[in-house]
Amino acid sequence: MKVHARDYELMLDAYSNARGDPAVFADDGIAHLVVHENKVLGTHLVPGLEVEPVETTSGIDLKIKVLPEAKIGKPVHLCFGVLPESGEQNINMEVEVGKNAGVNLLAHCIFPNAVSVRHNMRAQITIANNGFYGYDEVHFHGQQGGATVIPKARITLGEGASLKTGFQLTSGRVGELDIDYEVEAGPGSVTEMIARVFASGSDKIRIREKCVLAGAWARGIIKSRVAVKGSATSEVFSEMAAVGAHSRGHVDCIEIVQGEGSARAVPVVDVFDHTAKVTHEAAIGSVDRKQLETLMARGLNQEQAVDLIIRGMLSPA
Amino acid sequence: MLKVRNINLRKDDHQIISDVSFEVGDGEVFGILGANGAGKSSLAYALMGCPEYQPDHGTIIFDDLDITGKSMDERARLGITLAWQEPARFEGLNVADFVMLGCGGHNRNADSYLDLMRLPPEEYRQRKVDRTLSGGERKKIELASVLAMKPRLAILDEPDSGIDMISQDAIINMIDTIRGYGGSIILITHEEEVIRTADRAALMCSGLAFKVGEPQEVVDYYRCICRPCPSKIYPSGEDIAAGGTGRVSTGSGLRKDAG
Repeated sequence: MKVHARDYELMLDAYSNARGDPAVFADDGIAHLVVHENKVLGTHLVPGLEVEPVETTSGIDLKIKVLPEAKIGKPVHLCFGVLPESGEQNINMEVEVGKNAGVNLLAHCIFPNAVSVRHNMRAQITIANNGFYGYDEVHFHGQQGGATVIPKARITLGEGASLKTGFQLTSGRVGELDIDYEVEAGPGSVTEMIARVFASGSDKIRIREKCVLAGAWARGIIKSRVAVKGSATSEVFSEMAAVGAHSRGHVDCIEIVQGEGSARAVPVVDVFDHTAKVTHEAAIGSVDRKQLETLMARGLNQEQAVDLIIRGMLSPA
Repeated sequence: MLKVRNINLRKDDHQIISDVSFEVGDGEVFGILGANGAGKSSLAYALMGCPEYQPDHGTIIFDDLDITGKSMDERARLGITLAWQEPARFEGLNVADFVMLGCGGHNRNADSYLDLMRLPPEEYRQRKVDRTLSGGERKKIELASVLAMKPRLAILDEPDSGIDMISQDAIINMIDTIRGYGGSIILITHEEEVIRTADRAALMCSGLAFKVGEPQEVVDYYRCICRPCPSKIYPSGEDIAAGGTGRVSTGSGLRKDAG
């Protein structure tokens, strides 16, 4: 593997500027992978975790395997970035979480100077029986709005497995975002997917998240929190299908619209078994009047109050 | 401190507040008693300056300043605040930050205010002000945030509703604390016991504030006249007259309305 020391330093600087803690990349107890464009700049593994990155012409092919029974104690840090104004990065991931294994991945995607940058992520994820897979993807974009981000994932959960995904793009301009996640959830499994995005200018958001509760007693929640201002647009498609007996699902979408922005939410709920149940709630519109007035009664002006409400809504739990 | 003069409020073609006048002095707790639907909360919103409750007539003077046209945040910065009867929930905002929202930097520690409201700080300060809190917990956090602001005038809309009996004394402590530094309180309630903590009180019915006096007097009137009244929130002219006080009052006493 070639070492690109200068690029590595620049990536860590960018990571640090995005409020990340670069010390994690020097910690022997924390596994990490740093990729700039199609170059693997750094890797570190911990017992129970196998990571095989292969550089391609426009990105990397990446295999991640968590061995059966292995519990990776500290989050695995992935850092993907394109630092120049233009470029393309295609990440093809295959993730396998073994039986009774568990891992949390924290992916930082950094495009601070993007004028014309395209980041495609294709992931095929398999979580074996009673396995746990947590995946948080946090984006740090610049103010030019020149990033196009297209994450797609197909995820399969075995019996009793758990999945928790979080997508956060609240720093800098979105550019264009097109999320497409699909989950097939086995018996007794638990799925939780949360997306938080703040769009401004002419940003475009499209989020499609689908969860099929295929197994009996499977549970799932799809949650979206989106704020749009300027002339930004947002479309959120949340689909929950309850197939398994006694399965339970919930779809929860809140979108706040300001200025000339527009938002659309399309919850689709299907139930194929009389013992199953799916609920949904959606709220789209301006900031909640009562929240706004509560904050203004404490002395915040309207702009400060709106900002606080939106930041609160978009902050991780 | 506060002079309310002939406030009228119409909303959706309904008269919500009719010609209400009263005064609240420095360090005074002024109670407003009335049944559900009497217009008490609407009066609170109008005093706070909520945009949908702008009076179409009358004036509100605070410390000799006409604040009738001032926005909510301008009023808040003058030292007026409101504790909602059913407070809003906030995703992502933690309790400590919420409590200290209006403190203006005079104290960065929410713990003492949580303590005063019988909320163990170590258990609550990092919790979110969201739907995971019970109604009573959220209510106490609302009151703690009002207290942290050290308001000159706190409008408390049904502060005791939803709060367990054990914590009721926390509300009394809160009232004493505000009164102790010379702040004033408008205490809105439909509970006779609560109104007794006020220095003076008014009775409100169908948008009218028509009986002002000692809290016990107001409670007696409420018991004798209002409770048996079949219309509950629509007093007849005779009822008002029977109060012997008229519907317009001032802090210095009561005067009968010309009508």
